[in-house]
Amino acid sequence: MSQTLAPTPEPGAPQHDPDELEGRAADARSRRGAWIALPPAAYLVLLFALPLVIVLVYSFATRGTTGQTILSDWNLLSYRRLFDPLVREIALRSVGYALVTTGISLVLSYPFAYYIATRSPRVRNVLLVLVMVPFWSNFLVRTYAWRVLLSSSGPVSQLTELLGMGQTRLLFTTTAVVLGLVYGYMPFMILPLYAAIERIDLGLVEAARDLYASGTRAFWRVTWPLSRPGVIAGSILVFIPSLGAYVTPEILGGSKTTMLGSYIVRQFLSARDWPFGSALSFVVMALMLAATLIYFRTGGRTL
Amino acid sequence: MTDAAAVRLAGVSKRFDDVTAVDSVDLSIHDGEFFSLLGPSGCGKTTTLRMVAGLEFPTAGQVSIFGESMGLRPPNKRPVNTVFQSYALFPHMTVRDNVAFGLQMQRLDRDEIRDRVAQALALVQLTGREKRRPNQLSGGQQQRVALARALVNQPKVLLLDEPLGALDLKLRQAMQLELKDLQSRVGITFVYVTHDQEEALTMSDRIGVMDAGRLLQVGTPEEIYERPTSPMVAQFIGDTNLLTATVKGDGQIELAGGQIVAADIAATPGTETVLTLRPEHLQIVAPDDPISDGHNALDGTVTRRVYLGNAVSYDIVAGDVTLRVRARNAPGRRQYDVDEPVQVHWARDAAIAVQR
Repeated sequence: MSQTLAPTPEPGAPQHDPDELEGRAADARSRRGAWIALPPAAYLVLLFALPLVIVLVYSFATRGTTGQTILSDWNLLSYRRLFDPLVREIALRSVGYALVTTGISLVLSYPFAYYIATRSPRVRNVLLVLVMVPFWSNFLVRTYAWRVLLSSSGPVSQLTELLGMGQTRLLFTTTAVVLGLVYGYMPFMILPLYAAIERIDLGLVEAARDLYASGTRAFWRVTWPLSRPGVIAGSILVFIPSLGAYVTPEILGGSKTTMLGSYIVRQFLSARDWPFGSALSFVVMALMLAATLIYFRTGGRTL
Repeated sequence: MTDAAAVRLAGVSKRFDDVTAVDSVDLSIHDGEFFSLLGPSGCGKTTTLRMVAGLEFPTAGQVSIFGESMGLRPPNKRPVNTVFQSYALFPHMTVRDNVAFGLQMQRLDRDEIRDRVAQALALVQLTGREKRRPNQLSGGQQQRVALARALVNQPKVLLLDEPLGALDLKLRQAMQLELKDLQSRVGITFVYVTHDQEEALTMSDRIGVMDAGRLLQVGTPEEIYERPTSPMVAQFIGDTNLLTATVKGDGQIELAGGQIVAADIAATPGTETVLTLRPEHLQIVAPDDPISDGHNALDGTVTRRVYLGNAVSYDIVAGDVTLRVRARNAPGRRQYDVDEPVQVHWARDAAIAVQR
């Protein structure tokens, strides 16, 4: 019997292009796992997509005189109300707070993320765990703790008094809200930044230094552009929850620092205007989606 | 001036915590020379290069470049450029921007940058690929970009850290000759780090062999290969037989197996010494064949035979001495089998004492 290394095609057998075979095998593999995705898909449709549709439907409904929602009368009145001066003021304030929060988080997080990324693996892991430690306790509790810290009899105020600057009134101010937001969301900035910086080959910085770049110029020409995916991911991860923040402005802010989240809640509870609350929710969501899409368009791949 | 050395290291040491990576190295590299630092991995050759570049600073000693002491001067203020082992090309920049980087950092004007980048790319035959990204290039092309990026700055000294390590053999051999050719054309001093002895022999004007942080020997490829001064150098450069022997006087030495042979070694009788004998300097003949005049001969038995294509390598045991012989393969040349008795002979000046 003769043996050949390459299988000789039998006469009349169909010839297969190896690329085509590989493609078919991949198709077969991808079909095989479909049922695994079924339960989570059902979960998402039932508990996420469906309620979203309900919100969308309600946003076109009308508020009855006693606060009930009239589903039979469809119109765009709620959407028109989005252009109210009050809504505009609250929206602009929210965007402003979210931007400032994102900016401060970025400036504070970058050096720290860089520091973590350039440590030995052991130190690195310890520091990363420390970044996540706050998540082990309740967000509400931690925000209330800030209330104690910032109150006019709290430690911050006591310190300024001791220094002869008098009492500080931080609680219920913009500063308190932004402080709380930065505190709450900074880990979401640190982690993607760390992931991006850690991936940069430090040899590239050495190469830049070797090519006559000062430390500063090497940073702006090499490290910064290469860490941009992390900057963008971290900024989105901080900006989006800051924009929709509810707990922080509610606890640390006052009537002059109302943000979109609180305003939406007010529509559903005290004002009993569900159509307007729904319209507001929907527009905010659409804007966030747009921001995220822009991020993926610009080539971010760190999430 | 008295100090014409392109690079001079005076008593340079580098310790990392408790590890001594480089141990008091003294070295002068001449202007316009192709100098290789050769040694096994971890021998300190890359650390030495990095200290010249300014990417590491010596724990002790002094690095000077063209007579100017470098001290703690940062890399961007030194008249040298480096071709890194993994090329370290900026992945977010095009080929052109990579090559222009050094000139931009020196704030040259735009027209000059454009001209010099074009020249440098032409020099490494990459004209037409300006707009590619590094990841769109082959390994060999990336290597050329790294070279152009360094050379475009017209450094006084070019440092190369195993630049051909990532390339496959054929491309590597082609690049070796190309690099050597390039070096003689641009006339820049090259300091080349490699662990590949063949590469060092092919390209270098002079070689410095390093081991365990120490510079063992500096010399031309011929000197290093033919007159090694230590067993380590003899062993690292090429294949060799190291034999321990005792000097007898009158040009005689006694091998470990008790055989007395002739060797040109000037040392007082009774001294222990180590000899190196290159396998290709040994010849193998049948037991009854005549031996050339002035040759030493030992009777032995073939214990191993490896066919290498252009040569046959034999291991021959003669008493307590094992010798490796490399016999060139030529038509009609007799070959020997394992267990066959043979004679091994060599010219008396083929044996070099590498340790006294």
